[in-house]
Amino acid sequence: MKKYVIQRFLQLIPILLGITFLSFAMMRAAGSDVVTQMYTNRGAEVSQEVIDARRAELGLDRPFIVQYFDWLTGMLSGDMGNSYVSGNPVFSTFISKLPATLLLTAMSILMTVVISIPLGILAAVNHGRVTDLLLRFCSFIGNALPNFFVAMLLMQLLSIKLGWLPVICEGVTLKSVLMPALTLAISMSAKYMRQVRATVLEELNKDYVLGAQARGVRSSVILWKNVIKSSMLTIITLLALSIGSLLGGTAIIESIFMWDGVGKLAVDAINMRDYPIIQAYVVWMAVIYVLVNLVTDLLYHQLDPRIRLGVVKG
Amino acid sequence: MSEPTIRTQNLHKNHLKTRLAIFGVLALLLIIGSNFSEYLCPYDPYLQDLANAKAPCSFAHPFGTDRYGRDMLSRVIVGSKTSIYSTLLLVAFITVFGTVVGVFCAWSGKWVDTVLMRISDMFLAFPGLVFALAVAAVLGGGVQNAIIALAAISWPKYARIARSQTLAQKEAVYLRAARLSGSGTWKLIFKHILPNIFGPILVTAMLDIGTMMMELAGLSFLGLGAKPPVAEWGSMMSDTRNLLTTHPWVTLAPGYAIFVSVMIFNMLGDTVRDWLDPRNRRREV
Amino acid sequence: MKMSFQIHPNGAESRARIEGRTEGIIRYEHVDISYNGKLAVHDISFVVGEGEILGIVGESGSGKSTLIKAAMGLLGRNGLVTRGDIWYNGHDLPDLPPKEMRKICGAQIGMIFQTAGSSFCPIRTVRVQLYEFITEHEKMGKQEFEDRAQGLLSRFGFREPKRILDSYPFELSGGMQQRVGIAAAMLLNPKILMADEPTSALDVSVQKQVVEEMLMVRETFGTTILLVTHNLGVIRAMADNVLVLRGGEAVEYGNAKEILADPQSEYTRKLLAAVPKLRR
Repeated sequence: MKKYVIQRFLQLIPILLGITFLSFAMMRAAGSDVVTQMYTNRGAEVSQEVIDARRAELGLDRPFIVQYFDWLTGMLSGDMGNSYVSGNPVFSTFISKLPATLLLTAMSILMTVVISIPLGILAAVNHGRVTDLLLRFCSFIGNALPNFFVAMLLMQLLSIKLGWLPVICEGVTLKSVLMPALTLAISMSAKYMRQVRATVLEELNKDYVLGAQARGVRSSVILWKNVIKSSMLTIITLLALSIGSLLGGTAIIESIFMWDGVGKLAVDAINMRDYPIIQAYVVWMAVIYVLVNLVTDLLYHQLDPRIRLGVVKG
Repeated sequence: MSEPTIRTQNLHKNHLKTRLAIFGVLALLLIIGSNFSEYLCPYDPYLQDLANAKAPCSFAHPFGTDRYGRDMLSRVIVGSKTSIYSTLLLVAFITVFGTVVGVFCAWSGKWVDTVLMRISDMFLAFPGLVFALAVAAVLGGGVQNAIIALAAISWPKYARIARSQTLAQKEAVYLRAARLSGSGTWKLIFKHILPNIFGPILVTAMLDIGTMMMELAGLSFLGLGAKPPVAEWGSMMSDTRNLLTTHPWVTLAPGYAIFVSVMIFNMLGDTVRDWLDPRNRRREV
Repeated sequence: MKMSFQIHPNGAESRARIEGRTEGIIRYEHVDISYNGKLAVHDISFVVGEGEILGIVGESGSGKSTLIKAAMGLLGRNGLVTRGDIWYNGHDLPDLPPKEMRKICGAQIGMIFQTAGSSFCPIRTVRVQLYEFITEHEKMGKQEFEDRAQGLLSRFGFREPKRILDSYPFELSGGMQQRVGIAAAMLLNPKILMADEPTSALDVSVQKQVVEEMLMVRETFGTTILLVTHNLGVIRAMADNVLVLRGGEAVEYGNAKEILADPQSEYTRKLLAAVPKLRR
């Protein structure tokens, strides 16, 4: 087991290097007008000499690889440069906004789990019947709604028509997070419910269900004590994989609801061409995603007795 | 002995062929309609009529008018051209490119395979739209750049599928037999491998149309895709965002258009997948 | 009253003359079974007496597993006994409400599977699942169950019953799984055991063990066994009577010794020709 953990961590390193390299390369590819951008953002008009001097100062005239390693070592020690717009250190700005995104993510996941898992199980148990068809249809609709559209529909319904929740977020509060979290949860649930259903259905078709039925065990016990237990591992793994698309989707939602997290930070930065922030966003999100996948994988290995206990005895 | 008891079963029929026909036709109508969208608009979508601005839904203007008095129905219709065509172009590109890379990897093997797969792994390490956002930001706005951005992060999926399918096919006995009979590499690939890997790739592509459409609209919504005056559903929604509280139909109409289009393509994709699934074929009553 | 069988519609003649046993413990009468509208089994009739071992033999797809699953209501949503009756204890099994059927399954009619290990949930121990099984039919405390289970396993010749109960199904070897499967099925001493290809997944050496175990069960408990297999050698070693199936239809039915010695049907002859001999 320990060996496996170490193995996975080692595999991580080339991927992390790749991620950082890609992000860095991309930002540098934004053109040599990066320095010009900086000055344009500040609304200043400067001469070519100043630009060149500034470029040398920032080390932008050195070879690409050198710049990359410089930036990488800086990043590892927490220095991700300064924002082109505010001039503040990127790292601290990022860290200050991260909790808001994490709260949003956590709420969304919670809602998704509460919605999808029971409904997925319900659909699987009733497969082929009306309940199942209805649920699948709902999930179908959910899959076809772009998340920014859902956001607007919810705003229309919950804030404007019913007045239950504020239209845009007033600070990082529980009340404010409900609508953005629900928006994300709806999109996620549509996909996840289907996966839960498929997993449970696959388990239901397995031999041990037939075996338990042959022994006269009642359906509720078969379902809850055997099938669901067996499905749990896969269901949790799938959830972790969904987190990836969640992390990617927060940007738009945070922007719409003015939720002060790293997603909104990134979108604003994109509009202002604030590359250090964009770069930090890309790297951070990728790293978090990769780590989440790793943890899930390790958990899966720990929890499945078949893998943990290894080969057949006799 | 008494008469044996008779019991009847209720059978559920599949209607696979019907579904395929219906959704195929709908999708075709959508594509053709978007191609000829200019002719389908009841009004000129770019014509402003400030006196009639922000009018609610009526018989004359089923989707109302926007803040410049332009008919929303016409704008939605004309927006379809950009939205649908960009999506189809994007999906076509990533399918072809991804498949080529995947087949190449599986066929060449060894370090070419490892290197290319590691590269695609790197792209897969980025969650959702994150990388696309960054690429689009770097390239600037515009529909083409949005397509490039999305293509950059989406091709690895197809490469993986094509690669694993090709590897499976490569081992097939008949392939070895054909090789013995002296067929050239290209012939082998085209005649034996491609037809067999075609199915799963097609299904993935069709199911992706909806996703790509929404992601493209999402980028446009953030200002990274189509820019005014180009009519595109995502950017239309973003432009009119502040009208949501007062004149919701203006903002929501393009959203419904996206929804309906995605639904149609998703249903078609689902039906094609069921059609190609060998298990379902047998059960058709 | 004697019961002789009619000449089968397609011309194959069955020779069974079963004396004095019209009732039997389980009786199939003109049974048709369909899956999703397609006929899998057609017009099967037979009677099994108490303590008898009936071998049901045929190739894959002949419908033999379907036949015994039908008795226990295990045909799934797509299968149905579309015609005919299966009589047990005065009940017509296909018409029993699910609750009643559940009471019978495991307690009065038990089943052994081809891979007994996969008939148990892989991530739960044998003990937990056997306890779940027993408590479905009888109220029993944990200690009482422990004694009973270990006692039964010892009786079946297992030297470390506790270790077996502690294990997960996949931790046991193939032969072990089958033998534990048989013991587990006997936990509530059912009157009938349905054995669905119990030896097919085993090496020949272990097959012998399992066959002997099943014979022992019949000797000790008087259990009736319906044994489904494609292996005529096992039939020869175990069965009193045999029913030969082909494409869902009965080809021959009668005393095993007689049929194996002198088969009337061409098909049975073909099956016999392909068998390694297992001696009793």
